[in-house]
Amino acid sequence: MAGSRLKPCFDNLRAQQRTALIPFITAGDPKPEVTVPMMHAMVEAGADVIELGVPFSDPMADGPVIQKASERALAYHTSLRDVIGMVKEFRKQNEQTPVVLMGYLNPVEIMGYEKFAQEASAAGVDGVLTVDLPPEEAEDVMDIFSSNNLDPIFLIAPTTTDDRIKKVCSVASGFVYYVSLKGVTGAANLDIQGVADKMKQIRAHTDIPIGVGFGIKDAETAASVGSVSDAVVVGSALVNKFEEFADKPDNIQKEVVAVLSSMRSALDSGMEKAASK
Amino acid sequence: MNQKSAFDYSQYNLPDTSGHFGPYGGRFVSETLMAALEELREAYEHYLKDPAFLKELDDTLANYVGRPSPLYHAERWSRELGGAQIYLKREDLNHTGAHKINNTVGQAMLARYMGKKRIIAETGAGQHGVASATVAARFGMECVVYMGAEDIQRQASNVFRMKLLGAKVVPVTSGSKTLKDALNEAMRDWVTNVDNTFYIIGTVAGPHPYPAMVRDFQAVIGREAKEQCMAQTGKLPDALVACVGGGSNAIGLFYPFLADKDVAIYGVEAAGSGIETGKHAAPLCAGEPGVLHGNRTYLMEDKDGQIIETHSISAGLDYPGVGPEHAWLKDTERASYVAVTDDEALDAFHALTLIEGIIPALESSHALAYAKKLAPTMKKDQVIVVNLSGRGDKDIHTVAAREGITL
Repeated sequence: MAGSRLKPCFDNLRAQQRTALIPFITAGDPKPEVTVPMMHAMVEAGADVIELGVPFSDPMADGPVIQKASERALAYHTSLRDVIGMVKEFRKQNEQTPVVLMGYLNPVEIMGYEKFAQEASAAGVDGVLTVDLPPEEAEDVMDIFSSNNLDPIFLIAPTTTDDRIKKVCSVASGFVYYVSLKGVTGAANLDIQGVADKMKQIRAHTDIPIGVGFGIKDAETAASVGSVSDAVVVGSALVNKFEEFADKPDNIQKEVVAVLSSMRSALDSGMEKAASK
Repeated sequence: MNQKSAFDYSQYNLPDTSGHFGPYGGRFVSETLMAALEELREAYEHYLKDPAFLKELDDTLANYVGRPSPLYHAERWSRELGGAQIYLKREDLNHTGAHKINNTVGQAMLARYMGKKRIIAETGAGQHGVASATVAARFGMECVVYMGAEDIQRQASNVFRMKLLGAKVVPVTSGSKTLKDALNEAMRDWVTNVDNTFYIIGTVAGPHPYPAMVRDFQAVIGREAKEQCMAQTGKLPDALVACVGGGSNAIGLFYPFLADKDVAIYGVEAAGSGIETGKHAAPLCAGEPGVLHGNRTYLMEDKDGQIIETHSISAGLDYPGVGPEHAWLKDTERASYVAVTDDEALDAFHALTLIEGIIPALESSHALAYAKKLAPTMKKDQVIVVNLSGRGDKDIHTVAAREGITL
């Protein structure tokens, strides 16, 4: 098989000197039927890759916003299998936009790594980011993922040492995800210079595209982070809208599209990044 | 994962260098914490061999905690049960009334040696929170305790104790608003404040090195019990019994005896209203392996891998996971894990109170309830050591309410 959609997607973006916009939403939030149409709408609004959160009862690395999104989705018992089903549904109309599942290990563990990898791959999933699975614990999983054309996406944090950056980059594929601040999703303010320095440090070890997430609040932060990275991941800023309009799900799409569109145009107009590279 | 593995009596030396007990344990955390865990592992391995650290720890355990705790022959109760002699390891007599302080003293000292000025902790019933707030006061450190909003309602007096001790108690309103959610929230705090903060986990769970470190701080229970049993009975005990929530008092008692083949080991989980009702807190007896709170272990989970709510009259056993070393001891059959119901635990609570004049914690009452079943099946010259992990003063309101009595 030909590998996931992530590499061609990032190659293409690089050729155009374009920064990828990666929205994160929790699958099944605020109810299951919202998710697939939302994915299509986000692509329309300029998303290059979609990160789909798999709800988990104990999302230890997430802040209150995404935690509540999990709770709303779990009220409908949205399972890992359901999320894979949503990707399959999405693929009926969209063959090219990469989809990454982001979540915690336990739902994958109980489904079984092999079975999960086969079903996810067959449905059209391209990458898997398991927040609580550092490379040290991932050896068996990585073989299974790669033989099923799934890219394992790993995190790098501000606290990650140079040695570990090397280690993470040596096993990562698709892209690496730089967690731009100490803390949980949706927290505090970004230190752009700090991010830029870390990008240089990571780039010394790898050519893999680097996505930056945690703390991308608005078009302005998206543009400044985008000027030093290959991709910006925006989660809590979107999921906030799901919370705000949870009882009027029909309005969420319009709100999310507005946030994404503003980020897209900010990214596209602030494209002096070639110079900074 | 459930294949039978043999227990290695000749050289049990788990966890391995990456924190695994067979397939269990490990480090399942987000990248942000990896550096902190590595720093902690190095400090812990270093100071556990540092004579100055060990001397201060011993002094503190002796003169502040009140160790060694007695091993008490419950003669009247043993006679009434008509079988083996029951000896109680009196962890209830420690400062703050439970075994929890053995660990918080150790970890707070470690925090101080590492130069961390702020400690955080999670708590369910409040015992570990009180033990953490106590050592924070003793060592002059800032202390923040995360506690489920539900538990705060149920344990008002412990909340007040923590506040008196100068700790800040933060209510956790996410998820089921209980211990597991408090643990999630404490982890979130740690991720955010990792530079100046030391996270004191209260049980033998969590990412490596916590399960090994907490075990090593609690193993003083088993070391003393072994010596005391030899001195009082001239032999090793025939059986050990301890309750298992996360499992720190149990592993503390069991660990020094693991290589002693002839010592039978029983861990007692909370069967709540009965295993068959599904309303229990017995992951080893009725759960499945999975990954939660940084380690792989047996969990209470649904078919989708979501963690489910637990039920027990004892708040300290009300946890959906269990320490990974217990998972390994179960699979290797070195220890047997059993469960007793709320009603059985209450029976034992009353029995010990009436017959020996000792009010046990409801957690410990689970161990007593199993000893009560076990003793009559054994000979009169055989010895059972039960870990009386805590005192029951904190539980009298729960018992009264359960029995329809207004205080």
